[in-house]
Amino acid sequence: MNKKIITANQITKVIVDLCIKANTILRKDVYDSLKSALRSEKNLRAKNLLKLIINNADIARKNKLAICQDTGLPIVFLRIGQNLSLKGDLVNAVQKGVGIGYKKGALRSSIVKDPIKRSTPKNIPAVIHTEIVPGNKINITVMPKGFGSENKTALKMFNPTASLRDIKDFIVKSVLEAGPEACPPFIIGVGIGGTADMAVLLAKKALLKKITPLKTKLSKDILKAVNDTGIGAMGLGGKTTCLGVNIKTYPTHIAGLPVALNISCHALRSASKTI
Amino acid sequence: MKNKFNLPLSQNIINALKIGQQILLSGTIYTARDQAHLRLVNIVKKNGSIPGFLKGQAIYYCGPTKAFKGSPIGSCGPTTSARMDIFAPILIKKGLKVMIGKGRRSLLVKEEIKKQKGIYLIAPAGCGALLSKKVKKSKIVCFKDLGAEAIHKIEVEDFPVIVAIDVKGKSVFKQ
Repeated sequence: MNKKIITANQITKVIVDLCIKANTILRKDVYDSLKSALRSEKNLRAKNLLKLIINNADIARKNKLAICQDTGLPIVFLRIGQNLSLKGDLVNAVQKGVGIGYKKGALRSSIVKDPIKRSTPKNIPAVIHTEIVPGNKINITVMPKGFGSENKTALKMFNPTASLRDIKDFIVKSVLEAGPEACPPFIIGVGIGGTADMAVLLAKKALLKKITPLKTKLSKDILKAVNDTGIGAMGLGGKTTCLGVNIKTYPTHIAGLPVALNISCHALRSASKTI
Repeated sequence: MKNKFNLPLSQNIINALKIGQQILLSGTIYTARDQAHLRLVNIVKKNGSIPGFLKGQAIYYCGPTKAFKGSPIGSCGPTTSARMDIFAPILIKKGLKVMIGKGRRSLLVKEEIKKQKGIYLIAPAGCGALLSKKVKKSKIVCFKDLGAEAIHKIEVEDFPVIVAIDVKGKSVFKQ
C-alpha cells in the first residue's frame, strides 16, 4: 500500500496558524455557552461580568489580540494515522511551529527552560502528546493552557468501591479550592480510570471535547453542585460557576479508581486541523 | 456616587472605597508578578525600603503579551494574586498602597492592608484584550531580563476594577 507522505514543513505551517487561531478566536462552543449563561444569569453584577468576557472575546477576534495575556503553556496533541509516512523531524517541526506562531501572534513567552533556576522565559518548548490511530491522516490540536487554572489540577486515587457521590464531592471540593483564582466560570474536565498519569491526561483531553448538553448522571450532578457553590463569575456570586462538564474514561485496575480534575478558565482555548 | 479616580489614590479616597464598588482608574500603575516580587523583597531586605518609585503607588499583578506595532501593550489581564501573598505584606509595610489582581488573599495580607490602610482591587480576569484598550502607554522600568515579568510602568485610562479588600480589611469574597 502506498503511504501518504506529510513533511515536517507542512506540520510547522499548520501549527503556526493553530497557535494564533487558538489564542485569538474563542472556541465557538465556549462563546455560545457564555452567551447562554448570560441569558439565564439573574445576578446583575455576574451578568455585567459575563458581558465583559464576551466583549473581550469580540475585541480579541477583531484585533487578532490574545484573549488572555496568559497564552499558556502550549500543548500540542498529535493523532497520527499509522498508515502515514512523516518526512523530517516531527518534534522539531512542532516546536518550530509553536515558536514561529507565538512570535507572529505577539503571544507571551511564558516558558522557563529550567523549572528550578527560572531563567528568562521563552515561547518553547511546547508539551507534546502523541497517539497512534488508524488511517493515513494527522490530526493536530494546539491547546494553550493558562496556569491560573492549571495550578488547580487535582488527582485522587479512590478505592474501587467508591460511589458516584464520592467522586462528585471530590470534584466540588477541588473546585471550591480553585475558587476565583482559576477564573470562573469554568469548564470542568474530568478523567476517570487508567493510571494516575492517564487520568490527568484524560481530564485534559476532556476539555478538548465540545461543550454539549449533559447526558450522564455524574456530569449533571457535578454541574448542579458546582453552580450551587455560588462562586460565580470572577468569584463574585451568581449561578454561573460552570459552563460545562466533560468526562473521559478509560479501563482501570480492579484495585483502583483514579479520578482527575483539570479545570479550564472561561477562556478555554484550542484549535485543530487534520491533514 | 463618583466612580472615576486618578492615581495615585489619596488616603481619603482609599478610606471611602467599599468592597464590591466598581470604579475606573486613570493614571500610573506598575506591573509586577512572581519573580519581580521575589526581587523587590530582596531589595527591601538589603536596603530596608522599597524602591522610591513604588511608594504610595499601585502594583498590578500582570505579565502582558507583547505589543503589536503601533499599540502600547498587548493583552494585559490580571494574574492570580494569591501567589504574591508571601511577598505582599512586607511591601505594604514599606509603603505600597494599592494592589490590583484577581482572586482571594491570605489572612496576613488582609491584616497588613488594614494596618497600613491600603486597598486591594480586582480587575476582570481573563479579559486581557479588553483591558489592553485601557492602556495608553507602557514602558519597562526594571528587571528587563524577566521578559513579560519585568516591571512595566503603564498609563491607564478608565481602567475597570472592583474593590475586593477595603481599608478595614474586609473582603468581597465569601469563602
